[in-house]
Amino acid sequence: MDSRASVLECRDLKKSYGDNAAVKGVGFHIAEGETYGLLGPNGAGKTTTISMVTGLLERDSGEVFVNGLPLTTTSIDAKREIGLVPQDLAIYPDLTARENLIFFGKLYEMSGSDLKKRVDEVLEIIGLTDRAGDRTEEYSGGMKRRLNIGLGLLHQPRLLLLDEPTVGVDPQSRNAILESVEQLSGEGMAVLYTTHYMEEAERLCDRVGIIDLGEIKAEGTRRELVQLVGQHDRIRLQATGPCAAGVEALASLAAVREAGVRDGGIEMLVDNADRWLAEILGKVSGAGVGISSVDVEEPNLESVFLHLTGRALRD
Amino acid sequence: MRQAWTIASKDLRLRVRDRSAFIVGIIAPLGLAAIFSSIFTPIENFDFTATYAVVDEDGGQVAAQFVQLLEQFGQTAGVEIEAVGSRAEAVDLVDVEPFSSEEGADAAFVIPPGFSQAVESDQPAGLEVLSGQGGIGAGVAVSFAEQFASELTYARVAVASVENLGGTDDRFAAGLRALAIPPPVNLVDLEATNKELAGKTFYAAGLAIFFLFFTVQFGVNSLLEERQAGTLGRLMAAPMRRSSIIAGKAIMAFILGLISMVVLVVATTLLFGADWGNPLGVLLLVVGGIISALGIMAVVAAFARTPEQAGNYSSMVAVILGFLGGTFFPVGQAGGILADLRFITPHAWFMQGLGDLSAGNVADVLPAVGALLLFGLVTGSIALLVMRKGLRA
Ligand SMILES: Nc1ncnc2c1ncn2[C@@H]1O[C@H](COP(=O)(O)OP(=O)(O)OP(=O)(O)O)[C@@H](O)[C@H]1O
Ligand SMILES: [Mg+2]
Repeated sequence: MDSRASVLECRDLKKSYGDNAAVKGVGFHIAEGETYGLLGPNGAGKTTTISMVTGLLERDSGEVFVNGLPLTTTSIDAKREIGLVPQDLAIYPDLTARENLIFFGKLYEMSGSDLKKRVDEVLEIIGLTDRAGDRTEEYSGGMKRRLNIGLGLLHQPRLLLLDEPTVGVDPQSRNAILESVEQLSGEGMAVLYTTHYMEEAERLCDRVGIIDLGEIKAEGTRRELVQLVGQHDRIRLQATGPCAAGVEALASLAAVREAGVRDGGIEMLVDNADRWLAEILGKVSGAGVGISSVDVEEPNLESVFLHLTGRALRD
Repeated sequence: MRQAWTIASKDLRLRVRDRSAFIVGIIAPLGLAAIFSSIFTPIENFDFTATYAVVDEDGGQVAAQFVQLLEQFGQTAGVEIEAVGSRAEAVDLVDVEPFSSEEGADAAFVIPPGFSQAVESDQPAGLEVLSGQGGIGAGVAVSFAEQFASELTYARVAVASVENLGGTDDRFAAGLRALAIPPPVNLVDLEATNKELAGKTFYAAGLAIFFLFFTVQFGVNSLLEERQAGTLGRLMAAPMRRSSIIAGKAIMAFILGLISMVVLVVATTLLFGADWGNPLGVLLLVVGGIISALGIMAVVAAFARTPEQAGNYSSMVAVILGFLGGTFFPVGQAGGILADLRFITPHAWFMQGLGDLSAGNVADVLPAVGALLLFGLVTGSIALLVMRKGLRA
């Protein structure tokens, strides 16, 4: 376990809807300043897990601790520490952004000038200061999403739960959202981030849990996950000249797992491309091969998922 | 509790903003009350004049009572009453050419021989109204006779127009004979009906309590709206007890109901001259009425899945209860099963309470208030049980 204090600790969470076991024993912990990703396809059980972690949903079994405080659906102290950004928009269309923020701020026991100041700060963070006085029904989809996130940040929770916050958002807004998550995490907030976008998990998350069919199949940093399933970097060289000789020259390097001549070039699997690329290029050109371009492809979580479940992350 | 107020005031703001509660709670009942009271009490609002002839061929006590009432009515309503000696004379008066300068009557009442005795001995009894060319004067005459007859439960009014006066007598008699079973005519009932509200006050009160159910429903329904909008999840994730959410909704519905009722009581009193009675008694009944409406509408909402569904169900419930409870017409006077059945509705208790208040003092409303609170308590408890289950899932 991490040396930093654990902000969220959950063990053996289970939930069934009738016969459908949506979550079958999920557990993980998140430290202060850490961003933990739950990466999984539609129906994997991400939202169900988050709903149990926030105390919205009664769990069939398991335990949740927030800042060491036990959490159930009726806990008040533990809930105070949590900021929730639900997957589906949860804002009042007939209220303005500012009114939405003030209302939820009051529910989180904020008031007076503190609340006002914080509302202004959050409006700044989510970039809605100019539109704060407009009813949210007049907002674009991305603006609504940003307010949905702002509502989760408002009371400066120790733990922020974001359930697929970027779905349906244009690339610019999406980038802004990812940046603010990075910033918050940098300020020490613990973040639980669910997504089915592999790139988001890779960019944001210190650790990732790969979830499918209600179970965490594997967990760790990106590199740990990649190694866990024995994936290698792939290097493609566009080359002219005696390619076969180049392949032969590579045989002396242990890090090169597999190499072959493929449509006008050489392709190989390597244990750690960063470390060995220079030597590989040296060997190949030493064999008289002319190299016109180099393409290094690191294994991603997509391929880890494919390896673990035999299915693609998205169909 | 502070959070309950926060929720209630947020919801009130939303309701003010979408104006729907304003329309249902104030504009609609007030508008209908205006229409109803101008239809049903034209004599006081319009420059109405008419002449009625009356023939007392009976000479008995009930007949005398009728003539007396008619004369009183004539004085207040600006109607000239002319007593004539025979049915033939009455026919002559009524049977005038349209637009002729001849002095005539708009209608004539004929009390046949034996009328009083028939009424007093529980026999079918008939009262005849002869109408001339129709029009408002004749219509009012028919209503007046019907009103009188309805108080005698089984007396009948036969309406004849001058075109077929010849045959009327026989058909009328045949109709009376057809009433085979002599019903009990209970003159004591006349006093009981006195306790019911009259005219404008009746319609003002009936519409107010009828629409109160719709107004309160706005409040209750907002819980389902929060669920649909996803905001209920945020409320449940917030550091507060779930009962605060329900309390917030109840407070909001109560305030909406109270505002609408107070505005209606004041407005119908000032605008239409409705006479609600002692303000404290009215306030007690209003509070009781709101609580009963809250409970009943909450049960409906608790069993609905979407706000639309709840809206449909509760409209049905509100209309059925409103009809049964006699908010549109005084079912108490209809007698029979309907008159008894009405007390399964809060509406009837509310109306009854106002009737008792008009005939007595504030303490007389307490049984009705008690009944209203009981309605609220029972249905509210059921709703809470069902909703708590829903909030947990
Ligand atoms: N309220 C519910 N009633 C019944 N079944 C449900 C309910 N909510 C979720 N499920 C089921 O539980 C399983 C997990 O759903 P969940 O919403 O947790 O998935 P998810 O990982 O969040 O998916 P997505 O990426 O689509 O949001 C699914 O099989 C779903 O059908
Ligand atoms: Mg989900």
